[in-house]
Amino acid sequence: MTITQVPLVDYLVLGDSPHLIANECTKCGARYFDRRNACASCFAVDFKKVAISNDGIVRSFTIVTFAAPGVPVPFTAAIIDCGGTSVRGNLINVDATPEKVTLGMKVRLNTYSLGADDNGLEAIGFGYEPA
Amino acid sequence: MATDDIYILGIYMTKFGKYPDRDTVDLASEAVIAALADAQVTMKDIGVMAAGCLMGQGGIGQMIQKQVGQTGIPVYNVSNACATGATALRTAIMAIKAGECDMGLAVGVEKLAGVGLLGGGGTPKSKNKEWTPSGRFGSVTNVDGLIGTAAMPGTFAQVGMEYGHKYGGATFELFAKISEKNHAHSTLNPLAAYTKRMSLDEIMNDIMISYPNTRPMCSANCDGAAAAVVVSGAKLKTLSLEQQRRAIKVSASILTSDPYQEACQVLPDVNTLTRIAAKQAYEQAGVSPSDLNLVELHDCFATAELVHYDNLMLCEEGGAVDFFNSGATWRDGSMPVNVSGGLESKGHPIAATGIANIWEVCHHLRGEAGPRQIEGAKVGLAHVIGLGSACGIHILEKSAL
Repeated sequence: MTITQVPLVDYLVLGDSPHLIANECTKCGARYFDRRNACASCFAVDFKKVAISNDGIVRSFTIVTFAAPGVPVPFTAAIIDCGGTSVRGNLINVDATPEKVTLGMKVRLNTYSLGADDNGLEAIGFGYEPA
Repeated sequence: MATDDIYILGIYMTKFGKYPDRDTVDLASEAVIAALADAQVTMKDIGVMAAGCLMGQGGIGQMIQKQVGQTGIPVYNVSNACATGATALRTAIMAIKAGECDMGLAVGVEKLAGVGLLGGGGTPKSKNKEWTPSGRFGSVTNVDGLIGTAAMPGTFAQVGMEYGHKYGGATFELFAKISEKNHAHSTLNPLAAYTKRMSLDEIMNDIMISYPNTRPMCSANCDGAAAAVVVSGAKLKTLSLEQQRRAIKVSASILTSDPYQEACQVLPDVNTLTRIAAKQAYEQAGVSPSDLNLVELHDCFATAELVHYDNLMLCEEGGAVDFFNSGATWRDGSMPVNVSGGLESKGHPIAATGIANIWEVCHHLRGEAGPRQIEGAKVGLAHVIGLGSACGIHILEKSAL
C-alpha cells in the first residue's frame, strides 16, 4: 500500500487514534517535540518516545488578525496544558472571537486535511477543538 | 565613591522616529559624539567599545569608529535580540571591572521604520507544492499560523493572557489602560517617536493586531540610536567636580538567559529570567523595589508590561492587576513606570532600546528631565527582554555629590 498521508510535523502520529508524541528525557522526564542533542533541563542524552494526552485546557491564547504574508487570518493560537505537557496549537472548530474562546476551556485534539500536493500526497494538520 | 564602582559618565539618545536620509552609522555616530560630549571626554579616553545593530550587517562598531575616531581599541560587536543595547553596555562595564581599561563606550542603533511585523511567516519551502518533511520538527510546510503563532504581537499577547489565566483580572480593557498610560506619558517626551495622547476608546477600537493587543498597544518600529560612556570609580575621582556631580552610579548590571521551564519550548518564558535578574540586581545594588523612584521596563506590548510589574517585584506575586489599577505606575503614582512613554510610544529601535531606557533613568536622576522630571528621583531601574531569551537589568543611582 502506498503512503497517501503525511503529518504536518513528525510529532503528530496519524492512524486510527491520532495523537502527539514527544522525546522524553529518560533521566528527568522533560519532554521535547523536536530532537535534542542533550536535555536542556538535566543535560542527559537519552530520550524515549512518549504519547501526549489528547485532552487539555487552554492556558493562554491570542486571536491573530494581522500576520505575515501568506498566513491566513483570523486564527486562534493557543497554549494547551495537556495533562502537564504544554503544547502549542491552533484552536479549531470554534469561532476566533473572544466571546467564543476562553481561558481554561477544555479542548481535545483533532486533525484536518491541509490538501494534497502535486503527487497526490495529503498533509494532515492538528488543532484543538472544544471538548 | 568607591574605586571599584562603575559610573555612567555621559549618555545620549537620538530622537526616535523616521530618518529616511540617514543610515545606521549616521545615527550611531550622532549618539556617540553626543555621549562623549556629555561625558566631556574624547575617543582618545575610551579603552573599549561595544556596539550592536541587531538587524544590520556585522561590524557596526568598526563602521562607527571610522566616523567618530579610529584609535585601535578592542571592539565587541554584540547581538542579543532586544537586549542588544544592554548587552553592549554590560560588555563595556565588564571590561572595566576586569581592569582592562578605565573608560568604555557602548552604542546601539537600529533602523526599523516601516518594517512591519517582526517574527513569524517565512517563505514557502518548495516552489512546487510538495509535502516533504524537513527541519527539527519534520514539518512539511511553514507552521506559523497552523501551529500557533511565532509573530511577536501574538507571542506577547499569550504571555499576558497566561498571567490572566493564572491570576485573573487581565482583561482586554486592562491591557488597553496600560497602553493609555504610556501614550499619556509620551506627551512629555520630545524624543519619543509618537507623542499623541490616546483615549481608552481610541486604543481599544484601533486595528486589532493580535488579541488583546491593538496597534497602539504594540511597540512602535522606528529608527534611533543611543550611546553611553562608562567609567571606573577610580578614574572618575580624577575628573572634574562637574563630571563627578553628573555621573550616575551603576549599582547593578545584570544579564540572564532563560533557564529551562516545562513550557518554554512552546511559549518563550519571559518571566523566570526577569525575576532572577531582578533578584540579583536588587542584591547587587543593595536596594529593594520600594527604594525605586522610577522604572523603565520592556513594554514591547501592553500585555508584557503587566507581567513585568510582577517579575520585577514591584508588586506582590500575582498582584499586578490590582497594582496597576491602584494607579501606582502612572507618573504621579508611587512607582512611575515608563514615564518616557515606553516602547509603545517612544518607539523600539531594537539595539538602541537597552541604552535609551538607561538614558531616560539617568536624565531623571540628574534632574535634567524638564517637564517630565520625577521630582527627587534618586534610584531607578532599567529592564529589557530579548526573546530567545536574554534579560538585562541595570539599577542606577544619583551621584552622592
